Amino acid sequence: MLEVRNLHVQVDDKEILKGLNITVAPGEVHSIMGPNGSGKSTLAQVLAGKETYEVTEGEITFQGKDLIDLEPEERACEGIFLAFQYPVEIPGVANTYLLREALNAKREYWNEKPLKHVEFAKLAREKMRELGIDEDLLKRSVNTGFSGGEKKRNEVFQMQILEPRLSVLDETDSGLDIDALKIVANGVNSMRGTERSFIVITHYQRLLNYIVPDFVHVMVDGKIVKSGGKELAQELEEKGYAGF
Amino acid sequence: MAIVFDGTRESYVEGLSEFLGSGRNTLPEWVTDLRREAISGFGNTGFPMLSDEEWRFTNLDVLRRTSFSIVGNGISDVSEKTVDSYGFSGLSCVRLVFVNGRFASPPSDELRDEEGVIATSLSKAACEYSDLVRNHLARYADYEKDPFISLNTSYFEDGVFIYVPDGVVFEKPVHVLYISTDEGQPMFVNPRNLIVVGQSSGAKVVEHYVSTSQNVYFSNVVTEVVCGENANLEHYRLEFESQKAFNFSTLRVNQRKNSNIASHSVLCGGALVRNNIHPVLAGEGCNSDIYGLFMSEGRQHMDNFMRVEHASPHCDSRQFYNGVLDGRSKGVFHGRIMVHEGAEKTDAKQTNRNLLLSDMAQIDTKPQLEIYNDDVKCTHGATIGQMDEEALFYLCSRGIPMRKAKIIMLRAFTNETLENMSISSIRDALEDSVMQWFERRLENGSGR
Ligand SMILES: Nc1ncnc2c1ncn2[C@@H]1O[C@H](COP(=O)(O)OP(=O)(O)OP(=O)(O)O)[C@@H](O)[C@H]1O
Ligand SMILES: [Mg+2]
Repeated sequence: MLEVRNLHVQVDDKEILKGLNITVAPGEVHSIMGPNGSGKSTLAQVLAGKETYEVTEGEITFQGKDLIDLEPEERACEGIFLAFQYPVEIPGVANTYLLREALNAKREYWNEKPLKHVEFAKLAREKMRELGIDEDLLKRSVNTGFSGGEKKRNEVFQMQILEPRLSVLDETDSGLDIDALKIVANGVNSMRGTERSFIVITHYQRLLNYIVPDFVHVMVDGKIVKSGGKELAQELEEKGYAGF
Repeated sequence: MAIVFDGTRESYVEGLSEFLGSGRNTLPEWVTDLRREAISGFGNTGFPMLSDEEWRFTNLDVLRRTSFSIVGNGISDVSEKTVDSYGFSGLSCVRLVFVNGRFASPPSDELRDEEGVIATSLSKAACEYSDLVRNHLARYADYEKDPFISLNTSYFEDGVFIYVPDGVVFEKPVHVLYISTDEGQPMFVNPRNLIVVGQSSGAKVVEHYVSTSQNVYFSNVVTEVVCGENANLEHYRLEFESQKAFNFSTLRVNQRKNSNIASHSVLCGGALVRNNIHPVLAGEGCNSDIYGLFMSEGRQHMDNFMRVEHASPHCDSRQFYNGVLDGRSKGVFHGRIMVHEGAEKTDAKQTNRNLLLSDMAQIDTKPQLEIYNDDVKCTHGATIGQMDEEALFYLCSRGIPMRKAKIIMLRAFTNETLENMSISSIRDALEDSVMQWFERRLENGSGR
């Protein structure tokens, strides 16, 4: 599904990713852990197409397509979704409006008819109930004045509506209380399937008790330095990154 | 025959006798006296200079260099269809039409209803309701100090007169349409409006300035509003003049006890625009909400000059102005709040937010607080920025195309002011014009 090869990325002439490799097959859940500033969010943003990050070397293919040539919106329509570490507040743009526009943009991209208001409302209500999101949150401006946990839940909510093929969750567990963590994990788990993949970036092994990964990667200084199974997360929790 | 002004101070002062003798002055004798008195204001100052504190961001040299004339004879060349095209769909309103500063009687719905509400032309009202007009006309707008008010008071031919007697809430908006046409030479027009809303009364007035051609003219508007005790007025000023026009306007509001006004300005047209909003909260417990949206492109210059005068205790005022600037355009927001000595418990707030769509666009924003009382709450804030890149990326990362994302962001910004309009058909129409404006900007490669 996703293949990243020898990826070098810089911002303002500073190299952040220094030859990163990762391959994600359909249906897999990969977890990336690593110290602050090692480049995890950079990778996530590069996958989503953020222009401030310049790819200087390497390749990213997603379902056989060269991702680097695609605009962020094309990547999204192709099925990439990024749950932001810091979801952006957009005053004056209603959450529901963003979602409906997003969903319909994607449908248009695939030559499908736009969803009717009522159909969308029904879908949104269903997902909201599952995630324990207040209906009020839909009407409010995107992320504006949301609590930390509400923002993260809202990201997962968007993911559920847009049904991406590859979701990159950047510290979606940070700032969640234990109940919210379970709800969010359930939200992810309910979407798992043979055609859908996840990259879960986290600092805490705790999340991985709920979203059990197939692979765990350790990222240090812009590179994956070690990969392993879910037991690697436990090891990291105990020993930290000192050994890398 | 045209009365020509060559740009000099003398030409504007001396032109008055020609104007008075031209048969264009159809108003009663007392107005003639007023005009003679008023012109000395301009005679003393001429057009303001940059050295004048209130004009430091707006250079009027071009006015001093350009000849204008009082010409034209009204409705003749504007078809009913053209007039209708400026209407708001779905809005049931009373419509009054002025062409090049003169009243256009046929397409207008003059009103004198059984409750005593009057909506007609000021020139007619000055004859028919002489006392009413005389009690208020030129009592508020200061023609001695303000050169543009001086010129308007001296040269106005017509404008709207709206009167709502005590205890009447007139729900239907009054749509006043001011159409400028091409008269073959740069015109000088001086619409003069008087709106009197009685005690515990209500009205909604929409001043709407449009042009059928993109030519040069000088439109100099003065509106005086008297908002009676416990009255409510919602006032709109929609400025869609020619892109080459000079547009100066003053909204001077006198608020009595417990009255509320909401002023909505949307400025889009004009090469050089000065928008003066000057409410005086004269009685206790007044409320003034002042909203504005200005959008400029090319080399347009839009100067917004607010002067909110708190003259009594327990009054609240809110100024909320947003600017969208593209091309090499310039904007000014000058927000003065004056709190007089007796005006304790004043609560005055001012916000000016600006969105720059180009590197060349420029905005000068200046709050100015003049407070002669300790017991007040005054806040002001201004922001200048570009479209939020992070927000655009966020929207695109959800699959929304960049162009659409920009439109969404602009709409959110402009709606901060537009959403306060209570007349939904006007709000919707303006939202559409804003979007059309922005689409044109995007087509020209702007709107980054
Ligand atoms: N736009 C930027 N401009 C300058 N430096 C940047 C930018 N974005 C990221 N960096 C730098 O790149 C490095 C990697 O940042 P990144 O956010 O990818 O780390 P991270 O692994 O996600 O860290 P954390 O665990 O704290 O979220 C850091 O040193 C950061 O300061
Ligand atoms: Mg990060």
